[in-house]
Amino acid sequence: MEVWASQLFNGLSLSSILLLTALGLALSFGLMNVINLAHGEFIMIGAYTTYALQQVAAHYTGDPQSGITFLIAIPASFIMSAAAGYLVEVTVIRFLYRRPLDTLLATWGVGLFLQQLARSIFGAPNVQVVAPAWLSSTVSITSNLLLPMKRIFIIGLVLACLGALYLYMYRSNEGRRMRGVMQNREMASSLGVSTRRVDSFTFALGSGLAGVAGCALTLIGPIGPSLGTFYIVDAFIVVILGGLGQIPGTIMAALIIGILNTLFEFGTTAVVGKVLVFAMVILFLQWKPAGLMRARGR
Amino acid sequence: MASRISIPNAIKGLPLPSWLGDLASVWLAPVLVLAALLVAPLLLSDFRVALLGKFLTFAILAMSLNLIWGYAGMLSLGHGVFFGLGGYAMAMFLKLESANGKLPDFMFWSGLTELPFFWAPFEYAWFAIPMTFIVPAAIAGGLGYLVFRSRITGVYFALITQALALIVSILFIGQQPYTGGTNGITNYTTIFGFAINSPATQVVLYYATLATLALTYLLCAWLIASRFGRLLVAMRDDENRVRFSGYNPAALKTIVFALSAGIAGIAGALFTPQVGIISPTMMGIVPSIEVAIWVAVGGRGVLLGAIVGAILVNGAKSGLSESFPAIWQYFLGLLFIGAVLVFPSGIMGLLRGEGWRRPEWFSTSHLPGFAARVLPGVKK
Repeated sequence: MEVWASQLFNGLSLSSILLLTALGLALSFGLMNVINLAHGEFIMIGAYTTYALQQVAAHYTGDPQSGITFLIAIPASFIMSAAAGYLVEVTVIRFLYRRPLDTLLATWGVGLFLQQLARSIFGAPNVQVVAPAWLSSTVSITSNLLLPMKRIFIIGLVLACLGALYLYMYRSNEGRRMRGVMQNREMASSLGVSTRRVDSFTFALGSGLAGVAGCALTLIGPIGPSLGTFYIVDAFIVVILGGLGQIPGTIMAALIIGILNTLFEFGTTAVVGKVLVFAMVILFLQWKPAGLMRARGR
Repeated sequence: MASRISIPNAIKGLPLPSWLGDLASVWLAPVLVLAALLVAPLLLSDFRVALLGKFLTFAILAMSLNLIWGYAGMLSLGHGVFFGLGGYAMAMFLKLESANGKLPDFMFWSGLTELPFFWAPFEYAWFAIPMTFIVPAAIAGGLGYLVFRSRITGVYFALITQALALIVSILFIGQQPYTGGTNGITNYTTIFGFAINSPATQVVLYYATLATLALTYLLCAWLIASRFGRLLVAMRDDENRVRFSGYNPAALKTIVFALSAGIAGIAGALFTPQVGIISPTMMGIVPSIEVAIWVAVGGRGVLLGAIVGAILVNGAKSGLSESFPAIWQYFLGLLFIGAVLVFPSGIMGLLRGEGWRRPEWFSTSHLPGFAARVLPGVKK
């Protein structure tokens, strides 16, 4: 029983990271039909921001485990990744709307460039972020069921991000404009919404969320220039399963894939687990080609 | 515009009989490339010939992707997998020949005591060589049938094939006893009884590759000129219209995807004996997407473009990445962006006078008149 509960919990924490990554992809795909293969590099930027901040703080305070630094790193990663995303949108992506296959290649190029940039700045070997002391404990539910504090924190962080995203999308004027453009670009534009502005803001927002995911990933393991590529394919599978740019579908798909991945890996091996998940998604698309949720036709 | 370079148009201006001019405008460029590749081994060192032979296998791979991307509009980001599968089928044959009836070395190290049943028939060339085509074609056909049947197109198809590249490469890494794991399959000694590393064998392999390339070119040219090829282009431009005209796009797409994967497999089969190794690094996400950039640089939807792109990009890679690996990575990244933003019709497009796509930030409207005229291909 405890084994299953702890597996389920691990699956949940994997899901939450996947979700944070996939949300940005779903937003930019739903809004602009843009497939962003450089999304993994925004995760990497967030992770390196956390690392750099900790290095700087440790230099001045001499305490690498400072919890305050890590709390500051979360918004800092968001801002850095969002700024990078904004820059990429303005210089490359806005020329490629309505050419989704081309954005795929161009953003891959952006990704290669950013990876090499990270390699030039921080070096090719992986680096380690020291987790704050208050995150290094475990919480025991029963005598055999120990939940690492780090993973609980990640789940909480993702829930907080989801809540903030909900408030932004459904309770703010910016968010209302964004939903308007998502539903009908021409109509929103003719009613005076600046779709250019909405596009670049949404892209920056999605990139920022990936940056937070990167910050969270520093708690789980070492980080390197190609960190993002490990997560990006899974995140795309989540977006495909969830349905074209549908936020609720993305959430459901992230939960399903994260938990299935962990359960299959537990039952077999990591490799077979991934193969099984891929096969199941292909088979599911036979049944529902548009994914879990589909946009209502218009 | 006079400044445009266009081989076909230049030919048409010559005082030739019109039928000869037409023939030349279609076949002159491919024949020139073929002639250059035919004489290359006489002029280059053994090392360079081996390198060029490797590039020619990449050119076949690029042509197979161009067939489905350039003509049928389906971007596969998993073509490295099919290339790799063909390469592995060939590697199994070579390994069994080199092992001389004994168990291949890496299986012995991984603790196997006898040959797995699916390895056994690869001892025979009559089985192994057709398999380099059949295995990738069958896998592509099966996946393609499921994907196209549920009308998954465009980026979804691209992302699913990318996931395939990830899955297959980790599968091959994980099955060490059967596939050689990360190291792949290497250390072959002979091919059909000839020493595999001798310069003479390598030259023979080079010409075999060149012959395969020429045959593939002819096959693709014939296909594209046929009714089937016109249907592919029609599907790329308006799939629904093809469907409403009574054709089954899913079947057409499955066939061309399987054919393309089979051609990629043959390219892989020619790669293995020339390079001496096949490993999962050839079939992952990164090598698979690089094929797309060869095609884009050469020119999508132009048969010769894939060949030119594959040879040029790989030539630049081996020139640059040996001495400046960091610069090569930046260059490759910019190449991906540039091929899409600045010259989407590739080198062949430029030669044909289709011109640059002037990016919006490179507007010439504010420039004086003469500058706008001098810049190539700028359309008013």
